[in-house]
Amino acid sequence: MNSKVQNKIAIGVLYGIAGLVVLILLALVGYILVSGLPKVSWHFLTTPAKAFLKGGGIGVQLFNSFYLLILAMLISFPIALGAAIYLYEYAKDNWVTNLVRTAIEILSSLPSVVVGLFGFLFFVVKLRLGFSILSGAFALTFFNLPLLTRSVEDSLHTIDDKQREGGLALGLSRWETVTRVILPAAVPSILTGVILSAGRVFGEAAALIYTAGQSAPALNFMDWNPFNISSPLNPMRPAETLAVHIWKINSEGIMPDAKAISSGSSAVLVIAILLFNLAARYLGKRLYKRLTSA
Amino acid sequence: MTKSPEQLEQELKRRSKAAKLEIWGRVVSFSALILIVAVVVAIIGFVASKGIATFTTNHVNLWDFLSGKNWNPSLTDAHGKPEVGALSMIVGSFLITILSAIVATPFAIGTAVFMNEISPNRGAKILQPVTELLVGIPSVVYGFIGLSVVVPFTRSVFGGSGFGILSGTCVLFVMILPTVTSMSADALRAVPRYYREASLALGATQWQTIYKVVLRAATPGLMTAVVFGMARAFGEALAVQMVIGNAALMPHSLVDPAATLTSVLTTGIGNTVMGSLQNNALWSLALVLLLMSLVFNLIIRLIGRKGRLQ
Repeated sequence: MNSKVQNKIAIGVLYGIAGLVVLILLALVGYILVSGLPKVSWHFLTTPAKAFLKGGGIGVQLFNSFYLLILAMLISFPIALGAAIYLYEYAKDNWVTNLVRTAIEILSSLPSVVVGLFGFLFFVVKLRLGFSILSGAFALTFFNLPLLTRSVEDSLHTIDDKQREGGLALGLSRWETVTRVILPAAVPSILTGVILSAGRVFGEAAALIYTAGQSAPALNFMDWNPFNISSPLNPMRPAETLAVHIWKINSEGIMPDAKAISSGSSAVLVIAILLFNLAARYLGKRLYKRLTSA
Repeated sequence: MTKSPEQLEQELKRRSKAAKLEIWGRVVSFSALILIVAVVVAIIGFVASKGIATFTTNHVNLWDFLSGKNWNPSLTDAHGKPEVGALSMIVGSFLITILSAIVATPFAIGTAVFMNEISPNRGAKILQPVTELLVGIPSVVYGFIGLSVVVPFTRSVFGGSGFGILSGTCVLFVMILPTVTSMSADALRAVPRYYREASLALGATQWQTIYKVVLRAATPGLMTAVVFGMARAFGEALAVQMVIGNAALMPHSLVDPAATLTSVLTTGIGNTVMGSLQNNALWSLALVLLLMSLVFNLIIRLIGRKGRLQ
């Protein structure tokens, strides 16, 4: 009897906790969307920001965020792919592998502000890249590498060992087995992982404040020559991203509608991440159906 | 044209195309791995070399740095020594980390238990995607909500400016909640099914099974989840910086403005000249931050090792 009452109480409490958590989370997302969405308009998404007047948009910041994300992915994906292939397909279980795994774990647990400061010291100051998209992309690469490596490794893990045995039995070398048999089969889950980490990197700000910079010079969207200073594609220009913009106008913003801009930007960020999540699920499922006979 | 025996021998002994490709692939993928290790070594090396400059070139006493309560690197105190006492920030960082972990742990583990044990179908279907989405919400968004909701709330309830450790704790609690929840859920999922069946078959109630069997069996995993959340809270910069008030003073109450290592770093490093004492002192804070994240890493490894032995 006693333990039955106890059981009832405990389970009731657990229901309460779970309900409360759902409530907190719903309130959080609800607040972001309700306070932010009314501010989002085509004008808001495309016009450049204004420093002192109200009515500025986030056009340049939005472009910078995507450009930086693409550059960072272009740099980090091949490295992560190579590292994951070696770790999963070649590495023996010895102290070297152990050391490497420890290093990856350390990299993934470093505070992003430390990664950003290192980027500042190394790329901005030592290599004289200045506050630029390139410095920012390298800093994001560091931030991104452990996430990506782990997710590619997990993807390789999901491929049945029979496929490897089959490749080797047909006389393919290990490398050929990996590139011709295993990787094509792993594409859907690798892609899912890449999109998910893209979502995480998209909102990163701490690593970018002192690498990509906190200013967004006006861009000429008619000029696509990457060597011109006002061209959007120029990787050597300073580039404030959307997340950095939110941080900056809340810490030292002086425009009169700073709060409206940050709630609008927050909504855009959260919706972008939601889209990344949905895209990852959808594309993963679609590709899986296409590439396999399942 | 016939080939001479030497030519033939050479041709046969030459590596095949596939073998060359194999070596090439091994080298390329291995160098990617080496690159990652080099990055880690470089980060630790650079931050450490900058961080110890305060003690080697500026001759600040390490103990003064760790125990001093006055942070004002551009001034000197009565003895002519620079005021670089980092204690208030170290205390701020630890306080906010521990408090947010204390608040978040019961909620996170409770939710994970609910998802796994009580309502694995309907509950998990709602909670799983929600936690996954929340893990991805950027920290500046949490900071912004903290600034526009939590700070005014604490101001009206507890008085003061609203900026302080309490607001920081609230923000960090919500930030680490999804992370700790999803890791705890993984830990619970790893407990074999027959543990539960055996316990229930012995006549234990569902709660007794959860409390005495499932939670006990998953303890190492749950501890890892909590430490992981603490590591995240300790290193979190922007969200905390936006709500804590950034006053490098010893915290006297939870509602007074305070500072953490990360908040002083983000606000300060851009306003100092490279190589100056002010700048070096900030790098020393970064070094403390780095060392702490290594310590958290070590704790997670130790828990993992102990958990394996049982």
